[in-house]
Amino acid sequence: MNWLLIACLLTPMITAILAFLWSGSRMVKGAVSVCGAVLLSVFAGLLLREVWNNGPMSAQMGGWEAPFGITLIADHLSAILVLVAALVGVAVSIYALSDIDDERAKGGFDTFLQILLTGIVGAFLTGDLFNLYVWFEVMLISSFALIVLGGDKVQLDGAVKYVAINLVSTVLLLTAIGLTYGLAGTLNMADLNSALAQHPEQELVTVVSMLFLIAFGIKAAVFPLYFWLPASYHTLPISIAAMFAALMTKVGVYALIRTFTLIFTPDGDLIAHTILVVALLTMLTGIIGAISHTNIRRILSYHIIGSIGFMLLGLGLGSPLAMAASIFYMIQGILVKAVLFLIAGIIERRGNSSELSELGGLYRSAPGFSMLYLLAALALIGIPPLSGFWAKLMVLDAGLDLQAWWVIGVVVLASLLTFIPLMRIWFEAFWKAAPENDHSNQAAATESKASSAVDMLQMGPVLALSAVLLLIGLAPSFLIEVADRSAAEVLNVDAYLQVVFEPVVTPDVEVKP
Amino acid sequence: MEVLFGVLAGVLMAGGVWLILSRNLLKFLFGLVLISNVANLVIFASGGVTEGSPPLISKEGLLEGAANSLPQALVLTAIVIGFGLVSFTLTLALRAWQSIGTTDVEEMCLSETRFGASDEQGGVLSSEEFNSIEKQAIVDNHPTEEIAR
Repeated sequence: MNWLLIACLLTPMITAILAFLWSGSRMVKGAVSVCGAVLLSVFAGLLLREVWNNGPMSAQMGGWEAPFGITLIADHLSAILVLVAALVGVAVSIYALSDIDDERAKGGFDTFLQILLTGIVGAFLTGDLFNLYVWFEVMLISSFALIVLGGDKVQLDGAVKYVAINLVSTVLLLTAIGLTYGLAGTLNMADLNSALAQHPEQELVTVVSMLFLIAFGIKAAVFPLYFWLPASYHTLPISIAAMFAALMTKVGVYALIRTFTLIFTPDGDLIAHTILVVALLTMLTGIIGAISHTNIRRILSYHIIGSIGFMLLGLGLGSPLAMAASIFYMIQGILVKAVLFLIAGIIERRGNSSELSELGGLYRSAPGFSMLYLLAALALIGIPPLSGFWAKLMVLDAGLDLQAWWVIGVVVLASLLTFIPLMRIWFEAFWKAAPENDHSNQAAATESKASSAVDMLQMGPVLALSAVLLLIGLAPSFLIEVADRSAAEVLNVDAYLQVVFEPVVTPDVEVKP
Repeated sequence: MEVLFGVLAGVLMAGGVWLILSRNLLKFLFGLVLISNVANLVIFASGGVTEGSPPLISKEGLLEGAANSLPQALVLTAIVIGFGLVSFTLTLALRAWQSIGTTDVEEMCLSETRFGASDEQGGVLSSEEFNSIEKQAIVDNHPTEEIAR
């Protein structure tokens, strides 16, 4: 069943090429993109089933054995993340049919979206550090293209910041990879595990690991390195913003989890403590940032940062329970973020603004849609029985288990604060009466104009993702089991190593002096 | 030879960081070019740089002390990717200059709210005031005086 790994990579890649070559209208190109994403979801589902039944699987590219060639590997964590990424891809590509104008479509929106998906899937599946860098580049270049597509002034301004800081992070990553090769003489992640642990100069290893922490930390938008995110995400068309918000930072988190469990296995507490403090600060600053804003897009952008903190907590605490909690949080967080951004897009279309003071009366005009927002918001806050509740319960459980009281304190505080901005959106945009100015008249005008086709294209994906969220909330046992298994595999790398090096006997790789 | 590479990388890095700290977008870019070349040098040097023993397997086998050839392949990939990124970013900088009208990153604040930024009287702007000014700036093509200057 190793072909599944290749299939997950090739599907979005081929879709991208098809969407580029197909000289059709916006809808035709979009349909190609949707079909590709659906096919990817099918393959990702099969991959998850295979991993669920038979444990992690790997494939050696070009038939080169493990430490020499490039390894693709899927364990539970990779497989579930690929599946979730594919689902978000489907939702976004459907929503984009109504959101992306002809000009952006001619600029290659569908192609770049699929290439972005290729990069994300590749980063989740690769078992080679340099290959991980290449997938990050694939992601980065397509995200650059998406971020400047259409190119109005505010968007370009945000793009400059996004591009600049991401290039710095890329260069840091590349330098760190070069130094790692100098230290260990290999870039296969499984092989690095033993090569770096046996390296005589552990101080050098720690220095290199810090470079990785900063490089991936910028990608994941953690505490002191997140400023590019709220400066750029809110300028984008909503389907691109949803894609970025749901997935881009999480690839950084995934890379951090892989790097600091598989490659660097620190004996001291230095790295774990650093990550823990960074995670808590990220949580707080993100949520305080969200409280300070009055624009839905900006509020949600800051919320991304807040949730990154929860996802890093597992790495900081280091216990299997905490790791499982973080992984569960990450999976449901991706879905919630996608739903909330798409809903923000619908709010904007109905109210002609994303500024809270100019919105209102949405509950009166669209009660069903309001319930969808409430569902997603409560899921993010963590009200039982929605998905976020289980995530936060697991986080608190892990904290209690380790008796890390101050961690629990910060987590509870951050969770309570999460309430404020999301409920403010609820009261301002949905509950209060529509403001008496020309905006509301415009809103009424656009609403009557808005065709039911646009409504269906926009509500369809939101409904589908909300249904998945509700399902996770009501029957969390499957996802909790996946998270548990992922955490066990991530923290005990034996299974991972075995799968990379089977069936051949591990050849001794010389450690370069 | 590796020591020489190390020193060169250090000097380039210092220059690159100095340029990156500049407020001018173009200088930032040049700094980035320097730093990305540091990364390439580091990768290149990590395979070992030795004179007179190419990493080629002859009939007698690999020469003693020959360099590891993998980083040389990696660095090719990195150079190509780096070149693509730099040319993209140069184009972006050009477009940003054409439409925003400045390459001073401090002036590029269309996409950011800056609470507490002082208004002309030296008072502190509230977020609403700032947002209205920001919108006005977008409408008015605010930094036109920048071009004139």
